[in-house]
Amino acid sequence: MKKFIALAMALVMCLALFAGCGQESNTEPSTPAESGTPESGTPAEGASFKFGVVGPLTGENAIYGNAVANGVQIAVEEINAAGGINGYQVEVSPQDDVSDGETSVNAYNNLMDWGMQVLIGPVTTGPAISVSTEVYNDRIFALTPSASSPDVVAGKDNMFQMCFSDPNQGSGAATYMGSNMPDAKVAVIYRNDDQYSQGIRDTFVAEAENQNLEVVYEGTFTVDTQADFSVQLTAAQSAGADVIFLPIYYQPASVILAQADAMGYEPTFFGVDGMDGILTMPNFDLSLAEGVMVLTPFSADATDEKTVNFVTEYNERFGETPNQFAADGYDCVYALKQAIEAAGCTPDMSYEDICTAMIEQFTSMTFDGLTGTGMTWSTAGEVSKLPLAVVIQDGVYVSAENAK
Amino acid sequence: MGKKIKSAANRAPRLSKAAKIDYATYLGVILAFAVVTVLGSQGMLTRSFQGQLVPICCYIVMAISLNLTVGVLGELSLGHAGFMSVGAFSGIVAAMSFQASIPSEPVRLVIALCVGAACAAVTGLIVGVPVLRLRGDYLAIVTLAFGEIIKELINCLIVGHDENGLHVIFNFDGSKTISDLGLTENGIEIIKGAQGATGTDTIASFTAGFILIMITLVIVLNLVRSRSGRAIMALRDNRIAAESVGINVTKYKLMAFVTSAALAGAAGALYGLNFSNLGASKFNFNTSILILVFVVLGGLGKIWGSIIAATVLTILPEALRGFEDYRMLVYAIVLILVMLATNSPQAKAVFSRSVGGVKGIFACKGNKAKGGAANG
Amino acid sequence: MEFLSYLISGVSLGSVYAIIALGYTMVYGIAKMLNFAHGDVIMVGGYISLLAMTSLGLPWPVAVILAMVVCTVLGVVIEGLAYRPLRAAPSLAVLITAIGVSYFLQNAAQLLWGASPRAYTPIVSGALSVGRLSISYVSLMTIAVCIIVMIALTVFTGKSKMGKAMRACSEDKGAAQLMGINVNRTISLTFAIGSALAAVAGVLLCSFNTSLMPTTGSMPGIKAFTAAVFGGIGSIPGAFLGGILLGVIEAMAKAYISTQLANSIVFAVLIIMLLVRPAGLLGKFVPEKV
Repeated sequence: MKKFIALAMALVMCLALFAGCGQESNTEPSTPAESGTPESGTPAEGASFKFGVVGPLTGENAIYGNAVANGVQIAVEEINAAGGINGYQVEVSPQDDVSDGETSVNAYNNLMDWGMQVLIGPVTTGPAISVSTEVYNDRIFALTPSASSPDVVAGKDNMFQMCFSDPNQGSGAATYMGSNMPDAKVAVIYRNDDQYSQGIRDTFVAEAENQNLEVVYEGTFTVDTQADFSVQLTAAQSAGADVIFLPIYYQPASVILAQADAMGYEPTFFGVDGMDGILTMPNFDLSLAEGVMVLTPFSADATDEKTVNFVTEYNERFGETPNQFAADGYDCVYALKQAIEAAGCTPDMSYEDICTAMIEQFTSMTFDGLTGTGMTWSTAGEVSKLPLAVVIQDGVYVSAENAK
Repeated sequence: MGKKIKSAANRAPRLSKAAKIDYATYLGVILAFAVVTVLGSQGMLTRSFQGQLVPICCYIVMAISLNLTVGVLGELSLGHAGFMSVGAFSGIVAAMSFQASIPSEPVRLVIALCVGAACAAVTGLIVGVPVLRLRGDYLAIVTLAFGEIIKELINCLIVGHDENGLHVIFNFDGSKTISDLGLTENGIEIIKGAQGATGTDTIASFTAGFILIMITLVIVLNLVRSRSGRAIMALRDNRIAAESVGINVTKYKLMAFVTSAALAGAAGALYGLNFSNLGASKFNFNTSILILVFVVLGGLGKIWGSIIAATVLTILPEALRGFEDYRMLVYAIVLILVMLATNSPQAKAVFSRSVGGVKGIFACKGNKAKGGAANG
Repeated sequence: MEFLSYLISGVSLGSVYAIIALGYTMVYGIAKMLNFAHGDVIMVGGYISLLAMTSLGLPWPVAVILAMVVCTVLGVVIEGLAYRPLRAAPSLAVLITAIGVSYFLQNAAQLLWGASPRAYTPIVSGALSVGRLSISYVSLMTIAVCIIVMIALTVFTGKSKMGKAMRACSEDKGAAQLMGINVNRTISLTFAIGSALAAVAGVLLCSFNTSLMPTTGSMPGIKAFTAAVFGGIGSIPGAFLGGILLGVIEAMAKAYISTQLANSIVFAVLIIMLLVRPAGLLGKFVPEKV
């Protein structure tokens, strides 16, 4: 009988929890916006635009989500300090998704409860695809700073990208190699349980064939085997590779650079946007990255005023140099600002109406940001901007043309 | 709670009590479903909560099925997510392949769940035969190993479907891509290797999840209360004694293990069809551990405990969003505190005085023998 | 020639697994619990030594000692707060608590030190080259440390009074208590030693891997657990042998079969081995008595 009572109590508690969830909704999600990001500005006279950010703020990929959230925060505060968008302040609520599809959808739903009007994110590719279906069904406008797979935007007219897509990067890298190092023997080392890495590798290899590049070796690794690359490097060396293409994030790349150096193997390493950040990795031995080529839209060492201001501000506030993800997040906010101002949207509009207006603006406008100038968007949602090939010399990016 | 029923003499009253608990469990699930459905139709539930309904159903089924292995059979499995993975991807393939020929979503969902369950059952049989010969921590590590192997194999799968049927490539050396499938124009890409299943039609629904939970309950509770179930529990409590009275060890162990795998497969299929993107890496070691946490917190062998623990622990991280960066830290602390509160004698005394209910819900009392057996 | 260099990579990687597995197997052998938080104590050791070397500018031997001290304290505190109250609880409850501790350490580390990976400067650099073959000093050092630790642990548990008490606890806690052994103190000591070893392993792992983040410890932790089971969990020489073999199998699988499935092949070998020798390579198979 006692067990029966316990069970009954359990049920009551369970129901209380359900009810609790129902009640909390109105009050709870607004707390993070006030307590967590106190700088996000006090809503002027009630009405304000509500931007949601979804990305991994904890866990393995936390660095990308945090970079985006930080970049967004800086942009929003700048805008709020300068009088907001169309005279309205902007509120922003970053939500954690641990780079997991299920949690990402939860985070998105949480933001919808909060009253989000535009979504910035999700930051990583897999979760972005999961959320994009919801975004499409709900008719809310979403701009992802960094989820680069074409699947993220394919078939969804209200989902846009700020970064270049994987095929763009893969074929861009192959084209660059084809015209600048035609005799190269290329080895590819990529992470085959990662959508981003595999996606770039596929398009790279396809385009390499057209460019008559010789791919002599392909090595893979997974998240479980990223401690040691000596086998892949030895195999690449024996295959005679003089260029190693690394469509991976910078953390494993830093290990590859160190281990190749320890082996005395000195090919040209060629990275893509995920490589960005390697120079600012705390305590990284910069000499290892000497001569590494990177295809990136953003360079923290650029001397234009916008970049310098952003980098200084970011450094002061977060104590580190921003990477490309932070710049993408920053650009997202300003692109939205430009579009909202052009469309004359106000916070009292429903998110569906804002979405319609945004789609119209984004497919027609030209935007200049930190990660490129003259950016335009196709109706598919892909951005067109030029990947910039840079070489790392003495610990800084130098444009590949200038380096020669 | 104080009554300790161990001897055979008390078996008759225990059974009737067990039956009561079983009926209460069914009733509770139906009631919860009714309440949630009514509240949902009144628009009183948040989106955040509604979005979690299907995953909660999947996790409940996962927890019940793992409880069959860990709680009832008494073998620690660290690779349960592997079966979920097999079910999820085979279910997705089934649902997407019939997209053109069967327009009705519920019918496709049922087919997907059945295919998922069947594939996972076959995998369970393949894994179970060698694994169940081992014992204790060795068995645990081998289930972990199988879970990781399944994950890597699925990572290499490329599957597409067109009017000529199903195309499958096993991407052994990493050089194949979706274009090597040679799909016709109308073909659909279902699983793209590491990029996982992308563009899946999300046909899972809360009602389907509820029905799956009910079916799972019927299967598991009937199995546990049957003659076979008693044989399985006898194996858990004392394998040697059970063997000596003529219980076929392999047969009953496999029976529990394969049933558990099949149910996990069905749960996986439902889960897979709830998200438009799913990668094999979702079903890693951490997911297996997550399910195990549900089972242990809910109480070994206690089916209703698993249901509640899975529900509460799925909602908890979302409910903790207010804590921002400290969210997962708080989750970890809650986990440790609950384990201490329910298992340490001193803490239990304190807790039972202050919060009477907690003990009832997360009761692990009387499980010492079972827990010991699980690792023995 | 390539074969030899693959072999060297395998042994280098294996030695890292081995040193982690030694700590794992030590704790398992005495406390009979799978300490899933071991990998995260390794990560803490890595961070402490890195901070000591970079922020405080200490020379590496001092940094290693500091890391050992911090990890020892951490290990004893974890044991006292989280595991000791559960001494009589079912072992699954302890397992879940260990998982909770592991989550806690990872998230605490992220809050304290940030999520971004940091580069770790190896404590010794360079490599010994013979012809085209080269083996890094870090690997040589890891192997040497492994052997020293293995011998020291074997002697300690075999000869010293505390070591004998540990073995007694491992055989039968109740009987040990009756013989006047303080079981709680003995288990705390085991955790202290295990955690100090974790700090050493952390320094060596990070020197090998040259990078460090809050999740650094978890995968090597699981691999080391596998290695410990491979060699026969609870057996000190078994952990060493298991670690080295695991590393070699992984490297050979990557080189000659498939880099995609390297991990699967390692696990498949483990499964086959356990089916042939159910208690691991050097483990004792104890038949159950009725």
